[in-house]
Amino acid sequence: MLSLKEKDRPIVRKLLCAGCCVRCVLRFCCVGTSSAYRRSYQDLHKELLAFISEENSPQSHDASGVLQDFCDPSFAEQVSDAVKKQQYEFDSLVLTVSLPAQLSVREHSCWLHVKKEVREKSMCLGKDDVIQVKDAFKWAVQGKIGQELGAAVVANSPCEVSISFIHPETEEDCHFLAHTCPDCFKPTKNKASVFTRMAVVKALEKISEEKFSRHYPCPPKKANTRCTALDTTCLHTSVFIAGRYNKFSRELPQTPWVIDGERRMDGSVEELIAAPLLSSFRADGFNFSSSGREDVDVRTLGNGRPFAVELLNPHRAKFNRAEIKQLQETINQSSDKIRVRDLQIVTRDATSRMKEGEEEKTKTYSALIWTQKAIESPDLEFLANIKDLRIAQKTPLRVLHRRPLAVRQRLVHSMTTIYLDKHHFTLKLCTQAGTYIKEFVHGDFGRTKPNLCDLMKTDADILELDVESVDIDWPPAIPD
Amino acid sequence: KIKNINFQISDGCSLLKNKVSGKSKRGGQSLTEFAPLCRITCTDEQEYTVFSCIRGRLLEVNEAILNKPDLLLEKPSTEGYIVVILPKFEESKSVTEGLLTREQYEDVLTKRNQQEPCLLTSICTLKLLTESLLNQPLKLKKKTS
Repeated sequence: MLSLKEKDRPIVRKLLCAGCCVRCVLRFCCVGTSSAYRRSYQDLHKELLAFISEENSPQSHDASGVLQDFCDPSFAEQVSDAVKKQQYEFDSLVLTVSLPAQLSVREHSCWLHVKKEVREKSMCLGKDDVIQVKDAFKWAVQGKIGQELGAAVVANSPCEVSISFIHPETEEDCHFLAHTCPDCFKPTKNKASVFTRMAVVKALEKISEEKFSRHYPCPPKKANTRCTALDTTCLHTSVFIAGRYNKFSRELPQTPWVIDGERRMDGSVEELIAAPLLSSFRADGFNFSSSGREDVDVRTLGNGRPFAVELLNPHRAKFNRAEIKQLQETINQSSDKIRVRDLQIVTRDATSRMKEGEEEKTKTYSALIWTQKAIESPDLEFLANIKDLRIAQKTPLRVLHRRPLAVRQRLVHSMTTIYLDKHHFTLKLCTQAGTYIKEFVHGDFGRTKPNLCDLMKTDADILELDVESVDIDWPPAIPD
Repeated sequence: KIKNINFQISDGCSLLKNKVSGKSKRGGQSLTEFAPLCRITCTDEQEYTVFSCIRGRLLEVNEAILNKPDLLLEKPSTEGYIVVILPKFEESKSVTEGLLTREQYEDVLTKRNQQEPCLLTSICTLKLLTESLLNQPLKLKKKTS
């Protein structure tokens, strides 16, 4: 039984006579019990007619035919089938409904129509008191959808099922607003139509009742066609996988190296890591990010470099520790050029911790140095005594084509050396994040000052470089 | 033997005023092959004008040689560079291929049969920049001792 009051009678009468659908009548009577909307159309119609002591009322396809034609179980089944077909794994979902923009206009018109009636009885019906079409629709269908899919329909969930409606017949209903409130409708390059839902709602807030009534009939004209439901779409929020990687090859770029559509070098760290993840999580795509990066010809040793992969729209998102461990093994077995450790699912905000490592933390390196002048072991001793050396690096020439020209102040915290022969030694350094090591060694035409050539008073060059450690304690270590 | 280097070639236009900003290096002067870069005055009052010889955008002027002109003679291949020029992306290949190797350059000099001062303009410097434009990695050379 509907909890309708005496004051609702004139509203029900007015709306039913105007051909409004029964659930919309409930909305304008501010019926807030969700179960009411799940009752069948005939059932509600009968009860409302009885309420106003009428035998019959005109029927029409209101553009809120959303509440008329799409609230029965068969539509809910249709939606559920569409979701099942896309093979997502989830235990909860959130339902979002997208209604045509011009629906707000028809709604506004109905409201004004009812308001007049209500005012005559010295009552008030605020627009916010009226139940929204979206809410009524959700109340009507979500139970059945949840049942079919075996999942709870909640307000917040990583899995989103979207139902969209369009109604081409009434598309131009909102066009008149462009003339009455032109400043609400600014054309933007991105949107196909200037009549977005937001813009229409804004214009309806501004326009006066009188002006509206002049341009648009109250109640709205009856529509001849029903709304069309577009394909149900599903979207799962991104899942983030983090870990640390080692790179053992001197011929592997971190990201794919493609120039003019042509691959310059096969493979990349990100592809090797992401490929098994993409298939296990059944994701549509990925974004790879890391705490800094190394050149193609530089190895990453030690504990490795922290990275995070954002998996887009994963169809499967739940993995336990053992399964993630297995994924790590799969990646490690797939290639001897890289190795991954501490693989784990993390939250989106955790990735910002990784980026802070890029700016703030220190890194240690090992470099094979060639010197032009002949050296003996004692010649290297002074380097170990240099602490926190300030250097100024102009943007290296080798990256100048894609970076702005600037001067970077950096610190070389400490150095140690291992003598090899008259023209070679190993230099280990600990530096501030963002230091260009190669340029510190050879000086980059004097554009990094001071540099190793200056310090040792000889021409010098770097033959090999390895990253020994990236000193950031994220992601948390996963013990074997 | 170098007394002075002057980057102010014509009135009102000093290459020192060149200022680039952003990734696309906005504001860098466009240079043609015939653009003069600087005028070098030697202690024997001889003057030499160094020309760009390539087309491109001027990114950087090496101010170090203003203070230490000897760098041009002592370290012409490294710290004594004159300017850094970025050719247009489409032209980078043709520009690099139009450069002379050191041997070819010395060949030209001997053929001219004149007394030139030992002044190698740092065109070879540009070669390195354009190598990165063509996106070839700078191969870490294994130097023999």
